[in-house]
Amino acid sequence: MADGAAPVLDVRGLKTVFRTRGGEVHAVNSVSFHLNPGELLGVVGESGSGKSVTMMSLIGLLPSPPADVRAGTVMLDGRDLLKMSADDLRDVRGAKVGFVFQDPMTSLNPVFTVGNQIMEPLIRHMGLTKREAQIRAAELLALVGIPDAAARLKSYPHQFSGGMRQRVMIAIALACDPDVLIADEPTTALDVTIQAQILELVKDLRQKLGMAIVWITHDLGVIAGIADRVMVMYGGQVVEQAPVKELFANPQHPYTRALLKTIPSLTGEREARLQVIEGQPPIMVGEPTACPFRARCAHAFARCEVENPERRAIDGRPVGQGHDVACHWSAEVAHV
Amino acid sequence: MFDAPKPITPLVQVRGLKMYFPIYTGLLRRHTGDVKAVDGVSFDIMPGETLGLVGESGCGKSTVGRALLRLYEITGGNVVINGTDVATLGPEALRKARPQMQMVFQDPQASLNPRMTLADIIGEPLEEHTDWDSARKLARVYELMDAVGLNRRFANRFPHEFSGGQRQRIGIARALPLNPRFIVCDEPIAALDVSIQAQVVNLLEDLQDKLGLTYLFISHDLSMVRHIADRVAVMYLGRIAELSPRDALYARPLHPYAEALLSAVPEPDPTLARARQRIILQGDVPSPANPPKGCNFCTRCPKAFDLCRQIKPELAEVEPGRFVACHLFSDTAAFSDTRAAGSTGASEAKEHNQQGVTQ
Repeated sequence: MADGAAPVLDVRGLKTVFRTRGGEVHAVNSVSFHLNPGELLGVVGESGSGKSVTMMSLIGLLPSPPADVRAGTVMLDGRDLLKMSADDLRDVRGAKVGFVFQDPMTSLNPVFTVGNQIMEPLIRHMGLTKREAQIRAAELLALVGIPDAAARLKSYPHQFSGGMRQRVMIAIALACDPDVLIADEPTTALDVTIQAQILELVKDLRQKLGMAIVWITHDLGVIAGIADRVMVMYGGQVVEQAPVKELFANPQHPYTRALLKTIPSLTGEREARLQVIEGQPPIMVGEPTACPFRARCAHAFARCEVENPERRAIDGRPVGQGHDVACHWSAEVAHV
Repeated sequence: MFDAPKPITPLVQVRGLKMYFPIYTGLLRRHTGDVKAVDGVSFDIMPGETLGLVGESGCGKSTVGRALLRLYEITGGNVVINGTDVATLGPEALRKARPQMQMVFQDPQASLNPRMTLADIIGEPLEEHTDWDSARKLARVYELMDAVGLNRRFANRFPHEFSGGQRQRIGIARALPLNPRFIVCDEPIAALDVSIQAQVVNLLEDLQDKLGLTYLFISHDLSMVRHIADRVAVMYLGRIAELSPRDALYARPLHPYAEALLSAVPEPDPTLARARQRIILQGDVPSPANPPKGCNFCTRCPKAFDLCRQIKPELAEVEPGRFVACHLFSDTAAFSDTRAAGSTGASEAKEHNQQGVTQ
């Protein structure tokens, strides 16, 4: 949104490797992105494309071993998160960065009341007393649209429906007024009418609180509705990045184009046959030396087999600022 | 109400299907109530047709699919498939009737036996229902593997060696050996990645063309249902809210729930998505153990009025081929009056929602 302002979060050259018996899996390969204040960055990709692992690497949520965050810098508030000690990082999580996970049932603790779980970060990070935390927790529950908030603090997670639980998760993530909220497929487990409620809530909260959000999803429809900017991931890499309208109007990478075509439309022309992307997503074993999409790409040529394409701006602005794409075909063949 | 003269008889006729799951409580495990998962559902499916069955989780759509194939002992109603009422068949007669009706499950990981090879899995129905020799069985297995796009070399591999999309192909191949006429597809693409979903849907469509199959396609993905289905039934809390031809439903949904459901689907077009007026339903789906009095949607309906909270609307044909269970349409003459009344009912409906939220 606020163009030109210093980004709240700046990730450069992030590399995460999993050591497995089958070899090293390069789950995140030189991922760079930034997040401007108040912006909502959508991250799209299939399962295994590295979108969740990227976000978990940058705040140290991956177990090591097998995960190994090998390279890169993650600047938040003038400090590099990757160089921090585990204790310092713990102060960042919850206080500076809030996290909302996909499945609210497994990410809430079933044996503690919801109130307890919202108060925990308030006491831990903000140094509130139990009493103050209780009042703040009730405010937070009301903020995320849970009726009768003060009484509901005493409820356990199983007493809430799926949509309500996700609201509770959002309340916990927002408890300490974080600079960055990372939402990992927060509506995927919910029904469409409940998803619509949560999307409305997030729009509303952004206006009230103005935090920057990273929204991970595989649903291009959700992205179209809420994101300011979109980053498309495939095989652990960023393959395309653009402002949301530009991406949908003028997709450059063959994967983005194919992905947009595979989803049937609800309102447009009904196609006799769905477009498909043949084949399977790759497993990134070993150092990538070729384009991860080459095997499924309709436009692949000799160069795609031997050289992993770099991200390249197509609108003259620096990579990451405008529209950029990592594709040899788009660079050499397709004109811009 | 479905008795309009039709040249072809329906392959599947469902009348007043009810599936209640009993609730036992207390020390004596007394029968204190029922979860009314399916509460009076009627529809027809024509030969070669795909009926889409959509709704939110817990609305009873999967239960309908399972009850149709007698995977449950149903509480009431008739299910006539190809002329036989499967709801009342005895065990042996039911076993004999099974080849004509098959199912494709949601999660291919959970529904395939991890200790059986692909050839065993696909060939198992032949084992049970035919006395073919092994060569003939293997030939049939190969034929089906070709049909669903699995390499014959994989015949002796195990399910865990395959990706999600391939496993769903195995799940589909397994439904086919006995030449079924009717297949219930229970969320067959829900567990798959977007790029793989299209592959599986295309396969299902190809097989339908080639083998003349009839599908009940259960899904919560409304855009995919628009692609594959000929007619669509929208379920809410154990009942059908609307049953309409696909194009009519998507162009102009009649039931307020169908309208809200369609408007909640995210549109993959930023300009359209931001310009669109969405109907945001308040609150959650009430419990099917204790459905609201009157219309089961009245607690969340933005157009509900007094009658909705008292009398349950019946599914009725309001336009040719379009069936709706809603008082707004129950009497065409009173239609415009009730519409006006409906708009004033909105504020009351909101109060109800708050109650629906707490337990």
